[in-house]
Amino acid sequence: MEFFIQILVAGVVIGSIYAIVALGFTLIYKSTGVVNFAQGELLLVGAYICLQLTVEYKLNFVISFFVTLLFMFIFGFLVEKIFLRKMIGEPIISIIMLTIGLSSVFKSLVQLIWGTDTKTFPQIFSEEPVEIGNITISYVYIFSIISVAVFLIIFSVFFKKTKVGIAMRAVASDQQAALSMGIDVKRIFALSWAIAAVVSSVGGILIGNINGINTSLSQFGLKVFPVVILGGLDSILGAIVGGLIIGILENIAGGYIDPIIGGGAKDVFPFIFMIVILMIKPYGLFGTVEVEKV
Amino acid sequence: MLQINNIEVVYNDVILVLKGLSLEVKKGSIVCLLGSNGAGKTTTLKAVSGLLRPDNGEITDGDIIFEGTKIDKKDAAEIVKMGIFQVMEGRRVFKDLTVEENLIAGGYTSSKSDINLNIDKVYSYFPRLKERRNQLAGYMSGGEQQMLAIGRALMAKPKMILMDEPSLGLSPLLVKEIFNIIKKLNKEENTTILLVEQNANMALSVSDYGYIMENGRVVMEGESKELIENEDVKEFYLGMASENKSFRNVKHYRRRKRWLS
Ligand SMILES: Nc1ncnc2c1ncn2[C@@H]1O[C@H](COP(=O)(O)OP(=O)(O)OP(=O)(O)O)[C@@H](O)[C@H]1O
Ligand SMILES: [Mg+2]
Repeated sequence: MEFFIQILVAGVVIGSIYAIVALGFTLIYKSTGVVNFAQGELLLVGAYICLQLTVEYKLNFVISFFVTLLFMFIFGFLVEKIFLRKMIGEPIISIIMLTIGLSSVFKSLVQLIWGTDTKTFPQIFSEEPVEIGNITISYVYIFSIISVAVFLIIFSVFFKKTKVGIAMRAVASDQQAALSMGIDVKRIFALSWAIAAVVSSVGGILIGNINGINTSLSQFGLKVFPVVILGGLDSILGAIVGGLIIGILENIAGGYIDPIIGGGAKDVFPFIFMIVILMIKPYGLFGTVEVEKV
Repeated sequence: MLQINNIEVVYNDVILVLKGLSLEVKKGSIVCLLGSNGAGKTTTLKAVSGLLRPDNGEITDGDIIFEGTKIDKKDAAEIVKMGIFQVMEGRRVFKDLTVEENLIAGGYTSSKSDINLNIDKVYSYFPRLKERRNQLAGYMSGGEQQMLAIGRALMAKPKMILMDEPSLGLSPLLVKEIFNIIKKLNKEENTTILLVEQNANMALSVSDYGYIMENGRVVMEGESKELIENEDVKEFYLGMASENKSFRNVKHYRRRKRWLS
């Protein structure tokens, strides 16, 4: 039982990180219709920037965390402006190819600058775990869950209460109608990329603190696919629920199946799950059929 | 207030839809634009509001002047800021946003304090929207959605509203209600209105002046009260109005094209 709860906790932590990265992916997809294959690389860049600021420039972790977010906001904004803006209206397959190209370029740049060895953040959180009954939870897990929750709350308030947030959802819902009320659709596109880059880097920094960083971290971007397929490509709530489910299932597979078959189940499980879901419900569990019309 | 001079509009670089269309809308008036399906009414409105580009359409000749300024090269957001707001055909409410969120989106170009003020005004025009303020717009009836679409326009406090077939698919009673509101907006808010309609009878009865177009050109114009008595108009438009309804579901271009570039 304790083992199971331990697994559950780890699953929720990883799952919440999936959720926040998936939120970024969904945001871009919903408002611009672009399937972003460079999501994992946004995460990678964010994680390394934060590492650089903390380790090399010796900034306080909290400060480097927020500086990274600011940097990534501008980074995402520029990626849209420089690369994707030109592609508006081009065939969707060309745009997808572009994001695949970008993912490769970003990854190589990261390797060029920081190399391929695994690096770790300095010990920021106490190693001493918190004990709740028989369960032990490390501080970095608690920090991770809390930061994801805080960001998700900030974003839901942003999307529900602010004029710009509502305009972003309006663009996702009906672009031409949004344009007809003077909403600057191009600005909204750039903003979607900026926010997606920010949330991805939050994911990257958190996972970097838990596991250390190397360039294979960008795999995380691919894990987002099972999450959004489960949650439905067009649903933000779905991304959150999907993230948690995948995180938990993955850890259960890792905890119970891997010891029997000798490893591998944990990584492949989300994708098997994705294939099954797609075969049963092609639009995901929370997705709508209408999603195509965009 | 608004002059359209001899414009030509081409879709996809080849399909010539407006072939030298001219019309004028005087400040404070209600002007209607009638014509059968495919005549180019919607295209005319989109040419004014800058919404041709999403459909891959372009004004290739002529010009459009609003209050002395040439607007045919301006983009949609600038035109909204100048005071022209189009209520699009088919209502186009944001289905997964609530009523109030739809209104806030409509007020995108206004300041926060204006948004709050205008929301109250919209609710006083449409008490039903107030009752349903937190409901998703997609779940509202056709009539309510049309009210919401008009309410969204009011949020921007436009000098001029372009209305594309507001009576589309509504029951006769609701059609009456919508037309009453149009008259009321014109009187109380001093909003100039360019009204595109299939329901020629209704449109002519609320408007001051009317244009009839066929195949991308204006073929007849005059005071509405004269047009309504005209024999040709009676035969072709007043008699036919109800038959056209069957075409409604057929057309719906929802295209994402190279329109933002
Ligand atoms: N995006 C588009 N691409 C190509 N052709 C178009 C496009 N939109 C409209 N057309 C064509 O332009 C012509 C005029 O269309 P428009 O929508 O302006 O007509 P309308 O008078 O509003 O008709 P309705 O009463 O059916 O709404 C039609 O022949 C139509 O096929
Ligand atoms: Mg039309």
